[in-house]
Amino acid sequence: MVAKFDLNDDSVVLIIGTGAGGGVLANELAQKGVKVVALEAGGRYLPEDYINDEWDAFGQLSWLDARTTSGDWRVAQDFSGLPAWIVKAVGGTTIHWAGASLRFRPHEWKARTTYGHVAGANLLDWPIDAEEMAPWYEKAEAKLGVTRTGNFPGLPGNNNYKVLEKGALALGYKEVSTGRMAINSVENDDRPACQQTGFCFQGCKWGAKWSAAYTDIPKGEATGNLEVRSNAQVLRIEHDEKGRVTGALYADKEGNQHFQKARVVCVAGNSIESPRLLLNSASEMFPDGLANSSGQVGRNYMRHVTGSVYGVFEKPVRMWRGTTMAGIVQDEARFDPSRGFVGGYELETLSLGLPFMAAFLDPGGWGRGFTSAMDDYERMAGMWIVGEDMPQETNRITLSSTVKDQYGLPAPNVHFDDHPNDIAMRSHAYRQGEAIYRAAGATRTFPTPPYPSTHNLGTNRMSEHARDGVVNRHGQTHDIANLFISDGSQFTTGAAENPTLTIVALAIRQADHIAAELSRQNL
Amino acid sequence: MTTKPNWRGMTRRQLIARSFAAGTTLIVGAGFVAAPNAAWAYEAAALKPETLATLIRMARDIYPHDHIGDAFYVTAVKGYDTAETAAEIEAGIAALNAAAQGAGHASYLDAAWEDDRVALLRGMEKSAFFQKIRGGLVTGLYNQKELWPLFGYEGESFSQGGYIDRGFDDIDWL
Repeated sequence: MVAKFDLNDDSVVLIIGTGAGGGVLANELAQKGVKVVALEAGGRYLPEDYINDEWDAFGQLSWLDARTTSGDWRVAQDFSGLPAWIVKAVGGTTIHWAGASLRFRPHEWKARTTYGHVAGANLLDWPIDAEEMAPWYEKAEAKLGVTRTGNFPGLPGNNNYKVLEKGALALGYKEVSTGRMAINSVENDDRPACQQTGFCFQGCKWGAKWSAAYTDIPKGEATGNLEVRSNAQVLRIEHDEKGRVTGALYADKEGNQHFQKARVVCVAGNSIESPRLLLNSASEMFPDGLANSSGQVGRNYMRHVTGSVYGVFEKPVRMWRGTTMAGIVQDEARFDPSRGFVGGYELETLSLGLPFMAAFLDPGGWGRGFTSAMDDYERMAGMWIVGEDMPQETNRITLSSTVKDQYGLPAPNVHFDDHPNDIAMRSHAYRQGEAIYRAAGATRTFPTPPYPSTHNLGTNRMSEHARDGVVNRHGQTHDIANLFISDGSQFTTGAAENPTLTIVALAIRQADHIAAELSRQNL
Repeated sequence: MTTKPNWRGMTRRQLIARSFAAGTTLIVGAGFVAAPNAAWAYEAAALKPETLATLIRMARDIYPHDHIGDAFYVTAVKGYDTAETAAEIEAGIAALNAAAQGAGHASYLDAAWEDDRVALLRGMEKSAFFQKIRGGLVTGLYNQKELWPLFGYEGESFSQGGYIDRGFDDIDWL
């Protein structure tokens, strides 16, 4: 039943990447009868393959190809070769994500208008808004089985949530719950309900968490319209003399190179690889890289204002038990510049196992200050900060002039400097997070610095105008009609919410557009 | 921990009889390092036993957990006891001992107070040697599954059906 397309079949839509953007787009197009070839750099891993061991799973799933970092962000100091903690596998980072599925707030589609001019920030309104996105969000929530939407009840709260809730309510916060999660609270989509196993980040062995790896990908393949080629690393997108893309050159597992022809190419390799591919595809006609007449390809890299707060209590919490991120305080996600910053942030439960806690609690830390914290591991509760960071033109993905990947192509460098607004927000969030835990009885709290980025956004941003953005309202590049961007790199601004639901909603919407345009012979 | 079969069954008295420069924390003998209570012994392959003993002490000073036995620290650093890494480790430990001598101690191990040894480590905190040892310990120490229960960490739960019926929400003191 699984389709097999010829390399010379130039009628296919070629999708590069199979995560929340590419994986969903592939299935949605296949369901509509569109022939699709999806190229995935990583291998195929299913729930039975996932390893509930932090380092082993990290080695199995992570994107570990050569990357470099620069800028004043703490990640460049602590994890200089690992700017992002994302997945190289069929299904992409939907294997690793925690499942938090929040819609943007209406004002967040219009950050420039709402926040006004912010010095040093390259703010821009999205060309789409909450009203336009509402039906696509509904489809995305139904696809993902998001709790507290439709008829899906909320997940039960685990120990880590109960500590967060107690402290948050004591501080007067009102919007406190186990959140909207793409984790089954009841059996759904032939997948079981959450068994409170923990290890959400290492791939859900029950399949209770939605991941494209075992939902959209096999469903798309079952139509007979989708062929997924795993271990296929795309090296370059080619174009013809009219400036239309013609397909992509990729290397298979053995390193043999192939060229897949295509009618349309959709790039969904995450916000580091997608701009890198456009830049690495520079040609005589497009010397600055594909779709880069605006000069914005690779720029405005966003990663959310993040950080964690851990609290130590007098008695055991055992935060690792149960769903990792089913707990949220949303009161601070509002727009309220009286706090000293624009944009808002969410506080979400988070736990790490002992091995990752050792690596991430205070990277580089040692001595009794560090080990006394580790000694209290069983009595710790944890939360993660997710806030809107400011897009800055100078935060960007560039091609390394010195480091090359295993194919001889320039590795990406990820440059990031915190904006003053980011720093003010993070400081506020640390204070509030620590106050929450103190209110619940914590005897010690830790403002833990950001981990390698899981939310990579904005490097091929959407704009109404070709002059200041890479793609239009459908994710179609302004410069090349049959070249689309289908991942989080489209994000004009990052909002305060975990991005996956919005990436999925945009992919469903884009599939609708591409299928319609194909049938109208416009592509 | 007994890493070599021939150390099994050796009494503390027998170990001490074969040792020299015992110090207070580890027994260092000809070609081996052992726990003073004979709980474990490790036969050095490429490193000098004194170097190994110093490395173990250094590892504990970097990540001191008083409820964790030396055996875990031995496991964490014994990967450096190879022909490929011996020269680098010997040089690093020699530098540490030189710093100790500069501070009036006969050697790093001879600095009896942890604070004094930590001060020596702080002085070389930026060195490649220190960072290599510290960085290696993050996984070498804390990723030992046998160590997890000593911190209360339970590891994987899938094989037991998760925590849905085993206390995911059993907190009772809030």
